[in-house]
Amino acid sequence: MLEIIDLHASVDDKPILKGLNLQIRPGEVHAIMGPNGSGKSTLSHVLAGRPGYDVRGSVRFNGQDLLDLAPEERAWAGLFLAFQYPVEIPGVSNTNFMRSALNQVRNQRGLSALEAGDFLKIMREKAALVQLDPSFLSRPVNLGFSGGEKKRNEIFQMAMLDPRLAILDETDSGLDIDALRIVAEGVQKLRREDNSFLVITHYQRLLDHLKPDIVHVLMDGKIIRTGDHTLALELEEKGYDWLKAKFV
Amino acid sequence: MRVDHTDPVPVVNDKPEEDVLLNKWAEQDYEFGFISNIEQDIVPKGLSEEVIRWISAHKEEPSWLLDWRLKAYRHWLTMPSPQWAHLEIPAIDFQNISYYAAPKANAKLNSLDELDPEIKSTYDKLGIPLEEQLILAGVAVDAVLDSVSVVTTYKEKLAEKGIIFCSFSEAVREHPELVRKHLGKVVPYTDNYYAALNSAVFSDGSFVYIPKGVRCPMELSTYFRINAAGTGQFERTLIVADDEAYVSYLEGCTAPKRDENQLHAAVVELVALNRSEIRYATVQNWYPGDANGIGGIYNFVTKRGICQGVSSKISWTQVETGSAITWKYPSVVLLGDRSTGEFYSVALAARAQQADTGTKMIHICKDTTRRIVSKGISAGRGQNAYRGLVKVRESATNARNYSQCDSLLMGDRCGAHTYPYFEINCPDAQVEHEATTSKIEEDLLYYCQQRGLPTEEAIALIVNGYAKEVLDKLPMEFAVEARKLLAISLEGSVG
Repeated sequence: MLEIIDLHASVDDKPILKGLNLQIRPGEVHAIMGPNGSGKSTLSHVLAGRPGYDVRGSVRFNGQDLLDLAPEERAWAGLFLAFQYPVEIPGVSNTNFMRSALNQVRNQRGLSALEAGDFLKIMREKAALVQLDPSFLSRPVNLGFSGGEKKRNEIFQMAMLDPRLAILDETDSGLDIDALRIVAEGVQKLRREDNSFLVITHYQRLLDHLKPDIVHVLMDGKIIRTGDHTLALELEEKGYDWLKAKFV
Repeated sequence: MRVDHTDPVPVVNDKPEEDVLLNKWAEQDYEFGFISNIEQDIVPKGLSEEVIRWISAHKEEPSWLLDWRLKAYRHWLTMPSPQWAHLEIPAIDFQNISYYAAPKANAKLNSLDELDPEIKSTYDKLGIPLEEQLILAGVAVDAVLDSVSVVTTYKEKLAEKGIIFCSFSEAVREHPELVRKHLGKVVPYTDNYYAALNSAVFSDGSFVYIPKGVRCPMELSTYFRINAAGTGQFERTLIVADDEAYVSYLEGCTAPKRDENQLHAAVVELVALNRSEIRYATVQNWYPGDANGIGGIYNFVTKRGICQGVSSKISWTQVETGSAITWKYPSVVLLGDRSTGEFYSVALAARAQQADTGTKMIHICKDTTRRIVSKGISAGRGQNAYRGLVKVRESATNARNYSQCDSLLMGDRCGAHTYPYFEINCPDAQVEHEATTSKIEEDLLYYCQQRGLPTEEAIALIVNGYAKEVLDKLPMEFAVEARKLLAISLEGSVG
C-alpha cells in the first residue's frame, strides 16, 4: 500500500523529517505518536502534497511514485487526509462540495458520475455513520461548525470518498468523549481488508477504540520505535522522556 | 447614527512575483470574440451637430427630441472628462468614433424568420434563445446589435396585458408622450460627461412600461452586442413601473475581440411609482481586452432609478466580468416614503482589466431602506474599486442603510480598493458599512485539491461560493449563466 524510504522534508531550510521509513500494508491500522514538534503533521501534509515543503526520499503508493503527483492526483489515487484544522468554504454547501469532489474522483477512477438521487442516498447514509445531522449537509462547508462538528465532517467526507489510505491528523484533538467515540466507531465501520489507516495522535484514548495493528513513535523527524498496541499504553504511562534518553 | 468605517481603505497588493497558475486563468481566452459579417449602415466617424442631426433625421425623430439631443451636445462640449475614478483611462478621440451603425436593409420585420441569417447566427453563437423555447422559458428578448434594436420577441403577448416592451426608437414613434414625460428626468443630460454624450448621440435601446396593477408575467431581457469596428454603442433604456406594477428585467452584453478600444456609454433610467417594484439585472461580458491590456470595451455607464412612489422598490443586480474599463454606479434615489433600494454586485477584474464601480443612494423621504452587497474579485493585474455614496437628507427621518463590501484577491499583482462616502444630515439615520478583503488562501485551495478537485475547478467553486449571495438574486436561468461566466473568466478550462 504505502512504502516510505528515507523521507526528508524541510521548510525554509529547517529540516523537520530526517530520514523517515514506514511501510503500511492493506488492511492495517497504524498509529503515529510523538511529542509536539516531532514532525507528525508535516508527515501527513508531505504525503498529501501540500506546497511549501522541500522533500527528498521515496514514497511508493500502490505502485505509483506519490511525490511526483499533484495533491488532487494523490486524492484520485486513493489518499485522504482528515485535516487537523479543516478550512471553511463560504457559500459552498457541503452537498455541493462533496458532489463536485466525488464525481471528480469517480471520473478519474473510470466510474460514471452519480445520479442526483443515488448521490443523496449515499450522502445520507454516510452522514448517519458519523451521526452528522442532515442539516449540516446544506450548510456551507465547515462554516460556523464547532471543532467537533468539523472533525466529524472530515470523517464524513472520508466515508464519501472511500479512500485506500486515510490519514487522520489529530482528529481526536478537541473532541469530547462522546464525539471521540462517534468518530472512532465511524472509522471502525469503514475498515476493510483493502484499505488502511494512518492515525496521528497525542493520546491513547482514540487508540482504545481503534486498536491499531502497529504503533510508531516519531521523534525529531524519525521513527525511533515501533511496536504493537501495548507501546501506546506504555507511552501513556511513561511519556516520551524515557525514549528520548534511550534515543540520545 | 452609527458609522463603522468611514475612511477610504485602499488595499493594494503589488508584489512583483508572478503566480503563474493564477495568471494563467486570469489571461485565458475570451469566448465571444467572433466578428459577424453583417452589412452595416455606418455614419462616418466624427462628432458634430451635423452628425446628431443626421442620426435624428435617420430615425425620423420629432423635433423636441432633436432639440434635447442638441442641448445635451452643447452642454457636453463645456464639460471636462471625469478624472476622479481609480482608473487609468487613455485619452479618447471622440472624432475617431462612428456614432451610428446598423445592420443594412433593415426593413420592418414581420416575424423572426425574416431576420438576417447572419444576425440570427450571431445571437445563436451567444446562446440567446430567440425562438419558440423562449415562451417556455418565459423570457422576452429585445436584442440590440450595435445601434439598433433588431427584434423584440413576444411583444404581442405582453401587449395583451398593456405592457409596452419595444426598442427605444419604436417607443419614440408609438408612445412619444410616455418617452417625453420620463426621458432625462432620472438622469438629466447635465448629470455627467458620459450621460451628456449619450443624450446627444444615443441610437437605440429598450423601453418598458408596465401599467397600473400589472405584474409582468415573464422576465424581460435585452442582449446588447457591439459588432461593427470603430463604432461606439450608446443605448438608452427607460423602464417605468406604474402604481402596483412589477417587472424583472435583465440585460446581457458581449462584443467581438478587436485590438482597438470601443466605447460603450449607456444610460438606464428607472421610474418606480407607488408600491411598484423594478428588479434590474445585468450580466456584462463585453470583450475585456487581452492580457497586455490591448483592446477591450470602455464601459462607461450611468444607471439610476428613482423610487418616486410610496413603498416602491428598486433592486439592481450586476455581474460584471467583461470590459477593459468599467465605470458605473447603479443608484437609487429614495424619494417616496418607505421606499427601498438594493444593490447587489459581483465585479471581476482579471488580466489588465480595471473596474471602478459601486452605487449611490440618496435618502430623501422618511422610513427609507437601502441594502448594498458588493463582491469584488481581482486577478491577474486587475484593479477593482468599490465606490459608494450614502446621502441622507435632513428630510429623510428614520433612514436605514446597510453596506457590505467584500474584496477577493487572487495572485499578488492585482488590487482592491474601497471608497465609501457618507453625507448624513439627519441625526436618526442608521448607517452601517462593513468591508473585508481576503485572498484565496493556498490552504483553501490545498483543502479542495486534497478532496480531488483540480485547481481550476477548486477556484471556480470558491469564487462562486464567495459570490453566492449576489448570484442568488438573479433569475434562475441567468444565475446559471453568470456562474458559468465567472468560471470561464477565471479558469480557462471550461468552454
